[in-house]
Amino acid sequence: MPGVLVFCEFKDGKLKKTSRETLSAGRKLAEATGGDLVAFASDAAAADDAGKYGAKKLYVANLGGYTVEPYTAALEKVVAEVQPNVLLFPGTSTGRDIAPRIAARVGAGVASDVDSLEWIDGKLRARRPVYSGKAFATVEITSTPAVAITRPNAFPLEEVGGAPAAVSEVSGVDAAGRVKLVDTQVPEAGEMTIAEADIIVSGGRGLKEAANFSYVRDLAHAIGGAVGASRATVDAGWIDHQHQVGQTGRVVSPNLYIAAGVSGAIQHLAGMTSSKHIIAINKDPEAPIFRVADLGVVGDLFTILPALTEEVKKAKAH
Amino acid sequence: MNSVVCISQVPDTESRIKIAADGRKIDETGLKFIVSPYDEFALEEAIRLKEKSGGDVTVISFGPDRVQQALRECLARGATKALHIKGESSDADSLGIAKVLAAAIKSIPNDLVFFGKQGVGTDNSLVGPMVAELLGYPQLNVVTHLEITDNKLVAHREIEGAEEVLETTTPAVITAQKGMNEPRYASLKGIMAAKKIAIDTKSPADLGLNDTDIYNQRMTIVKLELPAEKSGGRKVDGSDPAAAAREILGYIRDEAKAL
Repeated sequence: MPGVLVFCEFKDGKLKKTSRETLSAGRKLAEATGGDLVAFASDAAAADDAGKYGAKKLYVANLGGYTVEPYTAALEKVVAEVQPNVLLFPGTSTGRDIAPRIAARVGAGVASDVDSLEWIDGKLRARRPVYSGKAFATVEITSTPAVAITRPNAFPLEEVGGAPAAVSEVSGVDAAGRVKLVDTQVPEAGEMTIAEADIIVSGGRGLKEAANFSYVRDLAHAIGGAVGASRATVDAGWIDHQHQVGQTGRVVSPNLYIAAGVSGAIQHLAGMTSSKHIIAINKDPEAPIFRVADLGVVGDLFTILPALTEEVKKAKAH
Repeated sequence: MNSVVCISQVPDTESRIKIAADGRKIDETGLKFIVSPYDEFALEEAIRLKEKSGGDVTVISFGPDRVQQALRECLARGATKALHIKGESSDADSLGIAKVLAAAIKSIPNDLVFFGKQGVGTDNSLVGPMVAELLGYPQLNVVTHLEITDNKLVAHREIEGAEEVLETTTPAVITAQKGMNEPRYASLKGIMAAKKIAIDTKSPADLGLNDTDIYNQRMTIVKLELPAEKSGGRKVDGSDPAAAAREILGYIRDEAKAL
Protein backbone atom coordinates (compact mmCIF):
# COMPACT_ATOMS: atom_id res chain seq x y z
CA MET A 1 0.00 0.00 0.00
CA PRO A 2 1.43 3.41 -0.90
CA GLY A 3 2.51 5.53 1.99
CA VAL A 4 5.68 7.33 2.97
CA LEU A 5 9.24 6.46 1.96
CA VAL A 6 12.08 8.00 3.97
CA PHE A 7 15.67 8.17 2.70
CA CYS A 8 17.86 7.38 5.73
CA GLU A 9 21.54 7.74 6.53
CA PHE A 10 23.23 5.12 8.69
CA LYS A 11 26.48 6.10 10.33
CA ASP A 12 28.64 4.73 13.17
CA GLY A 13 26.24 1.87 13.85
CA LYS A 14 23.02 3.89 14.05
CA LEU A 15 20.61 6.00 12.06
CA LYS A 16 21.63 9.64 12.07
CA LYS A 17 19.46 11.86 14.25
CA THR A 18 18.18 13.78 11.24
CA SER A 19 17.06 10.47 9.69
CA ARG A 20 15.26 9.52 12.92
CA GLU A 21 13.57 12.93 12.99
CA THR A 22 12.48 12.44 9.40
CA LEU A 23 11.14 8.95 10.14
CA SER A 24 9.19 10.42 13.08
CA ALA A 25 7.64 13.02 10.79
CA GLY A 26 7.05 10.38 8.11
CA ARG A 27 5.23 8.00 10.46
CA LYS A 28 2.56 10.61 11.20
CA LEU A 29 2.14 11.38 7.52
CA ALA A 30 1.89 7.66 6.73
CA GLU A 31 -0.95 7.33 9.25
CA ALA A 32 -2.73 10.27 7.63
CA THR A 33 -2.34 8.75 4.15
CA GLY A 34 -3.54 5.38 5.44
CA GLY A 35 -0.35 3.78 4.12
CA ASP A 36 2.82 2.34 5.59
CA LEU A 37 6.09 3.96 6.56
CA VAL A 38 9.02 2.41 4.72
CA ALA A 39 12.68 3.42 4.64
CA PHE A 40 15.73 3.29 2.40
CA ALA A 41 19.31 2.91 3.67
CA SER A 42 22.65 1.61 2.49
CA ASP A 43 23.09 -0.86 5.36
CA ALA A 44 20.78 -3.64 6.57
CA ALA A 45 21.97 -2.92 10.12
CA ALA A 46 19.65 0.10 10.03
CA ALA A 47 16.61 -2.21 10.28
CA ASP A 48 16.47 -2.17 14.10
CA ASP A 49 16.52 1.62 14.35
CA ALA A 50 14.13 2.05 11.42
CA GLY A 51 11.67 -0.31 13.11
CA LYS A 52 11.90 1.58 16.39
CA TYR A 53 10.71 4.66 14.55
CA GLY A 54 7.83 2.89 12.91
CA ALA A 55 9.19 1.71 9.55
CA LYS A 56 7.66 -1.59 8.44
CA LYS A 57 10.13 -2.25 5.68
CA LEU A 58 13.69 -1.23 4.94
CA TYR A 59 15.00 -1.19 1.38
CA VAL A 60 18.75 -1.69 1.38
CA ALA A 61 21.21 -0.98 -1.41
CA ASN A 62 24.75 -1.95 -0.46
CA LEU A 63 26.49 0.78 -2.37
CA GLY A 64 29.15 1.82 0.10
CA GLY A 65 29.84 5.53 0.63
CA TYR A 66 27.44 8.03 -0.84
CA THR A 67 27.75 9.41 -4.33
CA VAL A 68 24.71 10.77 -6.07
CA GLU A 69 24.31 8.63 -9.19
CA PRO A 70 24.21 5.06 -7.83
CA TYR A 71 22.10 6.14 -4.87
CA THR A 72 19.65 7.88 -7.18
CA ALA A 73 19.44 4.78 -9.37
CA ALA A 74 18.71 2.59 -6.34
CA LEU A 75 16.16 4.99 -4.96
CA GLU A 76 14.45 5.20 -8.34
CA LYS A 77 13.90 1.42 -8.22
CA VAL A 78 12.43 1.63 -4.73
CA VAL A 79 10.14 4.53 -5.69
CA ALA A 80 8.91 2.50 -8.67
CA GLU A 81 8.16 -0.49 -6.44
CA VAL A 82 6.66 1.33 -3.43
CA GLN A 83 4.94 4.14 -5.37
CA PRO A 84 4.88 6.29 -2.23
CA ASN A 85 2.56 9.26 -1.78
CA VAL A 86 5.39 11.07 -0.05
CA LEU A 87 9.18 10.79 -0.30
CA LEU A 88 11.13 12.44 2.53
CA PHE A 89 14.80 13.32 2.93
CA PRO A 90 16.72 14.62 5.94
CA GLY A 91 18.15 18.12 5.41
CA THR A 92 21.77 17.01 5.41
CA SER A 93 24.41 17.50 2.73
CA THR A 94 23.49 14.08 1.35
CA GLY A 95 19.73 14.57 1.54
CA ARG A 96 19.97 17.95 -0.15
CA ASP A 97 22.19 16.48 -2.89
CA ILE A 98 20.04 13.53 -3.86
CA ALA A 99 16.49 14.87 -3.34
CA PRO A 100 16.49 17.27 -6.33
CA ARG A 101 18.17 14.62 -8.53
CA ILE A 102 15.53 11.95 -7.91
CA ALA A 103 12.73 14.53 -8.03
CA ALA A 104 13.80 15.65 -11.50
CA ARG A 105 14.01 12.00 -12.59
CA VAL A 106 10.47 11.16 -11.50
CA GLY A 107 8.97 14.59 -12.23
CA ALA A 108 8.12 15.47 -8.65
CA GLY A 109 7.58 18.76 -6.85
CA VAL A 110 9.89 19.39 -3.91
CA ALA A 111 9.77 21.51 -0.78
CA SER A 112 13.16 22.12 0.88
CA ASP A 113 13.94 22.83 4.49
CA VAL A 114 10.42 22.22 5.77
CA ASP A 115 9.58 22.58 9.46
CA SER A 116 6.02 21.25 9.33
CA LEU A 117 4.28 18.61 7.22
CA GLU A 118 0.61 17.73 6.89
CA TRP A 119 -1.42 15.48 4.65
CA ILE A 120 -4.61 17.36 3.68
CA ASP A 121 -7.13 16.26 1.04
CA GLY A 122 -4.67 13.94 -0.62
CA LYS A 123 -1.95 16.58 -0.89
CA LEU A 124 1.21 17.29 1.02
CA ARG A 125 1.22 20.65 2.72
CA ALA A 126 4.50 21.95 4.15
CA ARG A 127 5.81 25.08 5.75
CA ARG A 128 9.26 26.41 4.97
CA PRO A 129 11.24 29.54 5.76
CA VAL A 130 12.09 31.78 2.80
CA TYR A 131 14.36 34.82 2.68
CA SER A 132 16.34 33.08 5.43
CA GLY A 133 13.40 33.17 7.79
CA LYS A 134 12.28 36.73 7.07
CA ALA A 135 9.06 35.08 5.80
CA PHE A 136 7.41 31.67 5.85
CA ALA A 137 5.80 29.97 2.88
CA THR A 138 3.07 27.36 3.13
CA VAL A 139 3.35 25.19 0.05
CA GLU A 140 1.29 22.42 -1.45
CA ILE A 141 2.75 19.58 -3.49
CA THR A 142 0.43 17.76 -5.83
CA SER A 143 2.83 15.41 -7.64
CA THR A 144 3.13 11.71 -6.81
CA PRO A 145 5.38 11.30 -5.03
CA ALA A 146 5.43 14.60 -3.20
CA VAL A 147 9.01 15.23 -2.09
CA ALA A 148 10.11 17.16 0.99
CA ILE A 149 13.44 17.77 2.70
CA THR A 150 13.11 18.19 6.46
CA ARG A 151 14.89 20.80 8.49
CA PRO A 152 17.21 19.44 11.21
CA ASN A 153 15.84 19.93 14.75
CA ALA A 154 12.38 20.86 13.50
CA PHE A 155 10.64 17.50 14.03
CA PRO A 156 10.66 15.86 17.47
CA LEU A 157 12.00 12.31 17.77
CA GLU A 158 9.23 9.80 18.48
CA GLU A 159 10.31 6.26 19.13
CA VAL A 160 7.37 3.88 18.85
CA GLY A 161 9.34 0.73 19.60
CA GLY A 162 8.33 -1.34 16.59
CA ALA A 163 9.95 -4.61 15.56
CA PRO A 164 12.96 -4.42 13.25
CA ALA A 165 11.91 -3.40 9.75
CA ALA A 166 11.75 -6.23 7.21
CA VAL A 167 14.79 -5.94 4.97
CA SER A 168 14.40 -5.98 1.21
CA GLU A 169 17.57 -5.90 -0.89
CA VAL A 170 17.73 -3.59 -3.88
CA SER A 171 19.80 -5.35 -6.54
CA GLY A 172 21.07 -4.65 -10.00
CA VAL A 173 22.40 -1.16 -9.32
CA ASP A 174 25.84 -0.25 -10.63
CA ALA A 175 27.75 1.08 -7.61
CA ALA A 176 30.07 3.18 -9.76
CA GLY A 177 28.88 6.60 -10.85
CA ARG A 178 30.75 9.17 -12.88
CA VAL A 179 31.69 11.08 -9.72
CA LYS A 180 34.33 9.41 -7.56
CA LEU A 181 34.87 10.22 -3.91
CA VAL A 182 38.65 10.22 -3.53
CA ASP A 183 39.05 11.69 -0.04
CA THR A 184 37.22 13.17 2.93
CA GLN A 185 39.11 15.93 4.71
CA VAL A 186 38.20 16.94 8.24
CA PRO A 187 39.68 20.39 8.80
CA GLU A 188 38.81 20.98 12.44
CA ALA A 189 38.65 17.56 14.02
CA GLY A 190 36.00 17.15 16.67
CA GLU A 191 34.23 20.46 16.07
CA MET A 192 30.50 20.11 16.07
CA THR A 193 28.65 21.56 13.08
CA ILE A 194 25.95 24.18 13.51
CA ALA A 195 23.45 22.58 11.16
CA GLU A 196 22.30 19.84 13.49
CA ALA A 197 23.43 21.21 16.88
CA ASP A 198 21.01 21.50 19.83
CA ILE A 199 23.05 24.32 21.32
CA ILE A 200 24.96 27.02 19.44
CA VAL A 201 27.24 29.66 20.95
CA SER A 202 27.86 32.41 18.41
CA GLY A 203 30.39 35.20 18.31
CA GLY A 204 30.20 38.53 16.49
CA ARG A 205 32.28 41.58 15.86
CA GLY A 206 32.18 42.37 19.59
CA LEU A 207 34.91 39.74 19.99
CA LYS A 208 37.26 42.34 18.47
CA GLU A 209 39.76 39.84 17.00
CA ALA A 210 40.11 36.27 15.75
CA ALA A 211 41.96 34.99 18.82
CA ASN A 212 39.03 35.99 21.03
CA PHE A 213 36.85 33.31 19.47
CA SER A 214 38.42 31.25 22.27
CA TYR A 215 35.86 32.86 24.64
CA VAL A 216 33.05 31.46 22.49
CA ARG A 217 34.76 28.09 21.93
CA ASP A 218 35.39 27.59 25.65
CA LEU A 219 31.73 28.08 26.47
CA ALA A 220 30.63 25.93 23.51
CA HIS A 221 32.88 23.08 24.63
CA ALA A 222 31.80 23.36 28.26
CA ILE A 223 28.09 23.28 27.39
CA GLY A 224 28.40 20.76 24.56
CA GLY A 225 27.41 23.09 21.75
CA ALA A 226 28.62 24.15 18.33
CA VAL A 227 30.41 27.40 17.51
CA GLY A 228 28.48 29.87 15.35
CA ALA A 229 29.60 33.17 13.87
CA SER A 230 28.24 36.34 12.34
CA ARG A 231 28.91 37.20 8.72
CA ALA A 232 31.20 40.09 9.73
CA THR A 233 33.57 37.73 11.55
CA VAL A 234 33.63 35.29 8.64
CA ASP A 235 34.25 38.05 6.12
CA ALA A 236 37.07 39.35 8.35
CA GLY A 237 38.65 35.89 8.16
CA TRP A 238 38.40 35.24 11.91
CA ILE A 239 36.62 31.93 11.42
CA ASP A 240 35.66 29.51 8.65
CA HIS A 241 32.45 30.00 6.65
CA GLN A 242 31.10 26.65 7.90
CA HIS A 243 30.28 28.48 11.15
CA GLN A 244 28.31 31.33 9.59
CA VAL A 245 24.73 31.77 10.76
CA GLY A 246 22.22 33.69 8.67
CA GLN A 247 21.60 34.58 5.05
CA THR A 248 24.60 33.41 2.95
CA GLY A 249 25.38 31.17 5.91
CA ARG A 250 23.13 28.61 7.50
CA VAL A 251 19.63 29.00 8.90
CA VAL A 252 19.57 27.23 12.26
CA SER A 253 16.92 26.44 14.85
CA PRO A 254 18.61 24.89 17.88
CA ASN A 255 17.02 24.54 21.30
CA LEU A 256 19.43 27.14 22.72
CA TYR A 257 21.22 29.95 20.89
CA ILE A 258 23.69 32.12 22.77
CA ALA A 259 24.86 35.22 20.87
CA ALA A 260 27.90 37.01 22.28
CA GLY A 261 28.97 40.32 20.78
CA VAL A 262 26.57 39.84 17.87
CA SER A 263 24.74 43.09 17.12
CA GLY A 264 22.00 41.35 15.15
CA ALA A 265 22.13 42.48 11.51
CA ILE A 266 18.93 41.58 9.67
CA GLN A 267 20.74 38.76 7.84
CA HIS A 268 21.89 37.22 11.11
CA LEU A 269 18.50 37.56 12.83
CA ALA A 270 16.84 35.89 9.86
CA GLY A 271 19.07 32.86 10.34
CA MET A 272 18.51 32.24 14.04
CA THR A 273 15.20 33.76 15.18
CA SER A 274 13.43 30.42 15.08
CA SER A 275 15.76 29.05 17.78
CA LYS A 276 13.65 27.94 20.74
CA HIS A 277 15.61 29.84 23.42
CA ILE A 278 17.82 32.82 22.69
CA ILE A 279 20.29 34.49 25.03
CA ALA A 280 22.14 37.63 23.94
CA ILE A 281 25.14 39.22 25.57
CA ASN A 282 26.07 42.63 24.22
CA LYS A 283 27.45 45.82 25.66
CA ASP A 284 25.18 47.97 23.49
CA PRO A 285 21.69 48.07 25.08
CA GLU A 286 20.25 49.19 21.72
CA ALA A 287 21.65 46.22 19.75
CA PRO A 288 18.90 44.70 17.54
CA ILE A 289 19.76 41.21 18.82
CA PHE A 290 17.93 42.10 22.06
CA ARG A 291 14.65 42.34 20.14
CA VAL A 292 14.68 38.59 19.55
CA ALA A 293 16.40 37.50 22.77
CA ASP A 294 14.43 35.73 25.51
CA LEU A 295 17.15 36.76 27.93
CA GLY A 296 19.28 39.79 27.10
CA VAL A 297 22.31 40.68 29.17
CA VAL A 298 23.76 44.13 28.70
CA GLY A 299 27.39 43.79 29.63
CA ASP A 300 30.96 42.89 28.76
CA LEU A 301 31.29 39.50 27.08
CA PHE A 302 34.97 39.29 28.03
CA THR A 303 34.07 39.02 31.72
CA ILE A 304 30.63 37.39 31.46
CA LEU A 305 31.56 34.52 29.11
CA PRO A 306 34.43 33.17 31.27
CA ALA A 307 32.24 33.43 34.39
CA LEU A 308 29.43 31.61 32.58
CA THR A 309 31.83 28.93 31.29
CA GLU A 310 32.92 28.27 34.90
CA GLU A 311 29.29 28.12 36.10
CA VAL A 312 28.44 25.66 33.33
CA LYS A 313 31.42 23.45 34.19
CA LYS A 314 30.40 23.46 37.87
CA ALA A 315 26.80 22.64 37.01
CA LYS A 316 27.89 19.79 34.74
CA ALA A 317 30.20 18.39 37.41
CA HIS A 318 27.27 17.98 39.82
CA MET B 1 36.34 25.19 -22.51
CA ASN B 2 32.88 26.79 -22.67
CA SER B 3 30.94 27.60 -19.55
CA VAL B 4 27.32 28.46 -18.93
CA VAL B 5 26.51 30.26 -15.68
CA CYS B 6 22.88 30.27 -14.54
CA ILE B 7 22.01 33.49 -12.78
CA SER B 8 19.19 34.07 -10.35
CA GLN B 9 18.21 37.65 -9.58
CA VAL B 10 17.07 38.09 -5.98
CA PRO B 11 16.11 40.88 -3.57
CA ASP B 12 19.11 42.50 -1.89
CA THR B 13 19.92 40.59 1.29
CA GLU B 14 19.52 43.82 3.28
CA SER B 15 15.88 44.09 2.18
CA ARG B 16 12.93 44.00 4.49
CA ILE B 17 10.39 41.65 2.99
CA LYS B 18 6.76 42.70 2.51
CA ILE B 19 3.98 40.37 1.39
CA ALA B 20 2.05 41.22 -1.78
CA ALA B 21 -1.72 41.72 -1.75
CA ASP B 22 -2.34 38.18 -3.06
CA GLY B 23 -0.71 36.77 0.10
CA ARG B 24 1.41 34.38 -1.98
CA LYS B 25 4.32 36.45 -3.28
CA ILE B 26 6.56 39.21 -2.02
CA ASP B 27 5.76 42.83 -2.79
CA GLU B 28 8.50 43.92 -5.21
CA THR B 29 7.70 47.63 -4.90
CA GLY B 30 10.86 49.53 -4.04
CA LEU B 31 12.94 46.38 -3.72
CA LYS B 32 16.51 46.47 -4.97
CA PHE B 33 17.46 43.35 -6.92
CA ILE B 34 20.94 41.85 -7.07
CA VAL B 35 22.73 38.86 -8.58
CA SER B 36 22.23 36.07 -6.02
CA PRO B 37 25.43 36.11 -3.89
CA TYR B 38 26.34 32.45 -4.53
CA ASP B 39 26.01 33.00 -8.28
CA GLU B 40 28.85 35.51 -8.00
CA PHE B 41 31.23 32.72 -7.00
CA ALA B 42 29.98 30.62 -9.91
CA LEU B 43 30.51 33.47 -12.37
CA GLU B 44 33.96 34.31 -11.04
CA GLU B 45 35.09 30.70 -11.41
CA ALA B 46 33.89 30.59 -15.01
CA ILE B 47 35.58 33.90 -15.87
CA ARG B 48 38.89 32.72 -14.37
CA LEU B 49 38.66 29.55 -16.41
CA LYS B 50 38.05 31.58 -19.57
CA GLU B 51 41.02 33.83 -18.77
CA LYS B 52 43.21 30.78 -18.34
CA SER B 53 42.15 28.62 -21.25
CA GLY B 54 39.76 30.60 -23.45
CA GLY B 55 36.23 29.80 -24.49
CA ASP B 56 32.95 31.56 -23.81
CA VAL B 57 31.18 32.36 -20.57
CA THR B 58 27.46 32.56 -21.30
CA VAL B 59 25.23 33.85 -18.52
CA ILE B 60 21.59 32.87 -18.67
CA SER B 61 18.63 33.84 -16.55
CA PHE B 62 14.93 32.98 -16.55
CA GLY B 63 12.68 35.75 -15.31
CA PRO B 64 10.90 39.02 -16.03
CA ASP B 65 12.55 41.96 -17.80
CA ARG B 66 14.36 43.14 -14.67
CA VAL B 67 16.77 40.16 -14.89
CA GLN B 68 18.47 41.88 -17.85
CA GLN B 69 20.05 44.19 -15.28
CA ALA B 70 21.63 41.18 -13.58
CA LEU B 71 22.86 39.79 -16.90
CA ARG B 72 24.29 43.18 -17.81
CA GLU B 73 26.23 43.21 -14.54
CA CYS B 74 27.63 39.75 -15.27
CA LEU B 75 28.75 40.90 -18.72
CA ALA B 76 30.50 43.86 -17.10
CA ARG B 77 32.42 41.46 -14.86
CA GLY B 78 33.62 39.39 -17.78
CA ALA B 79 30.92 37.10 -19.16
CA THR B 80 31.07 37.04 -22.96
CA LYS B 81 27.45 36.25 -23.91
CA ALA B 82 24.05 36.56 -22.27
CA LEU B 83 20.68 34.90 -22.76
CA HIS B 84 17.47 36.10 -21.15
CA ILE B 85 14.59 33.65 -21.15
CA LYS B 86 11.52 35.73 -20.56
CA GLY B 87 8.89 34.44 -18.19
CA GLU B 88 7.32 34.77 -14.77
CA SER B 89 9.79 32.54 -12.97
CA SER B 90 8.10 33.17 -9.62
CA ASP B 91 5.06 31.23 -10.91
CA ALA B 92 7.19 28.17 -11.73
CA ASP B 93 8.43 25.60 -9.24
CA SER B 94 12.09 24.53 -9.12
CA LEU B 95 11.59 21.73 -11.64
CA GLY B 96 9.80 24.14 -13.99
CA ILE B 97 12.73 26.53 -13.77
CA ALA B 98 15.18 23.65 -14.24
CA LYS B 99 13.36 22.54 -17.41
CA VAL B 100 13.65 26.03 -18.88
CA LEU B 101 17.34 26.31 -18.02
CA ALA B 102 18.16 22.79 -19.24
CA ALA B 103 16.48 23.49 -22.59
CA ALA B 104 18.40 26.75 -22.91
CA ILE B 105 21.72 25.14 -21.99
CA LYS B 106 21.24 22.49 -24.68
CA SER B 107 21.17 25.31 -27.25
CA ILE B 108 24.59 26.61 -26.12
CA PRO B 109 27.96 24.82 -26.53
CA ASN B 110 29.01 23.90 -22.99
CA ASP B 111 31.55 21.86 -21.05
CA LEU B 112 30.71 23.19 -17.61
CA VAL B 113 27.44 24.50 -16.20
CA PHE B 114 27.72 26.61 -13.08
CA PHE B 115 25.13 27.60 -10.48
CA GLY B 116 25.23 29.18 -7.05
CA LYS B 117 24.50 26.49 -4.45
CA GLN B 118 21.18 28.22 -3.76
CA GLY B 119 19.22 31.24 -4.85
CA VAL B 120 19.29 33.53 -1.85
CA GLY B 121 15.69 34.19 -0.83
CA THR B 122 13.80 31.24 -2.20
CA ASP B 123 16.55 29.17 -0.57
CA ASN B 124 15.52 25.94 -2.28
CA SER B 125 18.95 24.58 -3.35
CA LEU B 126 17.21 22.45 -5.96
CA VAL B 127 17.65 23.84 -9.46
CA GLY B 128 21.36 23.00 -10.00
CA PRO B 129 21.08 19.24 -9.34
CA MET B 130 17.76 19.14 -11.21
CA VAL B 131 19.39 20.62 -14.30
CA ALA B 132 22.24 18.10 -13.95
CA GLU B 133 19.67 15.31 -14.00
CA LEU B 134 17.77 16.77 -16.96
CA LEU B 135 21.01 17.16 -18.94
CA GLY B 136 22.29 13.75 -17.81
CA TYR B 137 25.44 15.36 -16.37
CA PRO B 138 27.24 14.46 -13.16
CA GLN B 139 26.87 17.04 -10.38
CA LEU B 140 29.39 18.56 -8.02
CA ASN B 141 27.27 20.27 -5.39
CA VAL B 142 28.28 22.92 -2.80
CA VAL B 143 31.82 23.29 -4.09
CA THR B 144 34.41 25.36 -2.21
CA HIS B 145 37.38 24.64 -4.47
CA LEU B 146 37.71 23.47 -8.07
CA GLU B 147 40.70 22.38 -10.12
CA ILE B 148 40.47 21.65 -13.83
CA THR B 149 43.08 19.83 -15.90
CA ASP B 150 42.01 19.16 -19.47
CA ASN B 151 38.61 17.55 -19.03
CA LYS B 152 39.24 16.29 -15.50
CA LEU B 153 37.63 18.04 -12.53
CA VAL B 154 38.66 17.81 -8.89
CA ALA B 155 36.21 19.51 -6.54
CA HIS B 156 36.02 20.04 -2.80
CA ARG B 157 32.43 19.66 -1.67
CA GLU B 158 31.31 20.96 1.71
CA ILE B 159 29.56 18.44 3.94
CA GLU B 160 28.85 18.55 7.69
CA GLY B 161 32.12 19.43 9.40
CA ALA B 162 34.30 18.17 6.55
CA GLU B 163 35.04 18.37 2.86
CA GLU B 164 34.77 15.64 0.29
CA VAL B 165 37.23 15.56 -2.57
CA LEU B 166 35.37 14.47 -5.68
CA GLU B 167 36.58 13.70 -9.18
CA THR B 168 34.70 13.64 -12.43
CA THR B 169 35.04 14.69 -16.06
CA THR B 170 33.33 17.29 -18.23
CA PRO B 171 30.58 17.96 -19.03
CA ALA B 172 29.36 18.56 -15.49
CA VAL B 173 27.18 20.78 -13.31
CA ILE B 174 28.90 22.62 -10.47
CA THR B 175 27.15 24.56 -7.70
CA ALA B 176 29.30 27.15 -5.96
CA GLN B 177 29.63 27.71 -2.23
CA LYS B 178 31.10 30.76 -0.54
CA GLY B 179 34.87 30.43 -0.27
CA MET B 180 35.36 29.12 -3.80
CA ASN B 181 37.03 32.39 -4.82
CA GLU B 182 36.89 36.16 -4.29
CA PRO B 183 34.48 37.58 -6.89
CA ARG B 184 35.75 40.69 -8.68
CA TYR B 185 33.89 43.93 -9.10
CA ALA B 186 33.06 45.22 -12.57
CA SER B 187 35.70 47.59 -13.92
CA LEU B 188 34.78 50.75 -15.81
CA LYS B 189 36.32 49.17 -18.90
CA GLY B 190 34.21 46.07 -18.34
CA ILE B 191 31.05 48.13 -17.97
CA MET B 192 31.77 49.95 -21.25
CA ALA B 193 32.62 46.71 -23.07
CA ALA B 194 29.44 45.06 -21.78
CA LYS B 195 27.31 47.78 -23.33
CA LYS B 196 28.39 46.55 -26.76
CA ILE B 197 27.17 43.01 -26.13
CA ALA B 198 23.55 42.36 -27.05
CA ILE B 199 21.55 40.23 -24.65
CA ASP B 200 19.85 37.45 -26.59
CA THR B 201 16.18 37.07 -25.63
CA LYS B 202 14.06 33.97 -26.00
CA SER B 203 10.73 32.72 -24.77
CA PRO B 204 10.22 29.22 -23.35
CA ALA B 205 8.26 28.46 -26.54
CA ASP B 206 11.39 29.29 -28.60
CA LEU B 207 13.10 26.52 -26.61
CA GLY B 208 10.35 24.06 -27.45
CA LEU B 209 8.66 24.20 -24.06
CA ASN B 210 4.99 24.74 -23.40
CA ASP B 211 3.58 26.46 -20.36
CA THR B 212 2.34 23.28 -18.72
CA ASP B 213 5.94 22.00 -18.61
CA ILE B 214 6.91 25.02 -16.57
CA TYR B 215 3.86 26.13 -14.62
CA ASN B 216 2.28 22.77 -13.92
CA GLN B 217 1.63 23.37 -10.19
CA ARG B 218 3.67 20.42 -8.90
CA MET B 219 4.51 22.70 -6.03
CA THR B 220 2.67 25.92 -5.35
CA ILE B 221 2.89 28.53 -2.65
CA VAL B 222 -0.46 28.66 -0.90
CA LYS B 223 0.41 31.35 1.58
CA LEU B 224 3.34 33.59 2.40
CA GLU B 225 3.51 35.24 5.81
CA LEU B 226 5.87 37.13 8.03
CA PRO B 227 7.03 35.41 11.21
CA ALA B 228 5.33 36.38 14.45
CA GLU B 229 7.20 39.31 16.01
CA LYS B 230 9.12 38.09 19.00
CA SER B 231 7.99 40.09 21.96
CA GLY B 232 11.52 40.41 23.30
CA GLY B 233 12.25 38.85 26.63
CA ARG B 234 13.86 39.98 29.84
CA LYS B 235 16.76 42.38 29.61
CA VAL B 236 19.12 42.47 32.58
CA ASP B 237 22.12 44.50 33.63
CA GLY B 238 25.35 42.55 33.30
CA SER B 239 27.73 44.91 35.05
CA ASP B 240 28.38 42.26 37.70
CA PRO B 241 29.75 39.36 35.60
CA ALA B 242 29.33 36.72 38.32
CA ALA B 243 25.70 37.65 38.91
CA ALA B 244 25.05 37.80 35.16
CA ALA B 245 26.61 34.35 34.70
CA ARG B 246 24.38 32.90 37.42
CA GLU B 247 21.30 34.52 35.86
CA ILE B 248 22.16 33.04 32.46
CA LEU B 249 22.88 29.63 33.97
CA GLY B 250 19.49 29.70 35.69
CA TYR B 251 17.81 30.39 32.36
CA ILE B 252 19.77 27.65 30.59
CA ARG B 253 18.93 25.12 33.28
CA ASP B 254 15.31 25.99 34.13
CA GLU B 255 13.83 27.39 30.93
CA ALA B 256 15.91 26.03 28.04
CA LYS B 257 16.48 22.79 30.02
CA ALA B 258 19.79 22.50 28.23
CA LEU B 259 21.90 21.24 31.12
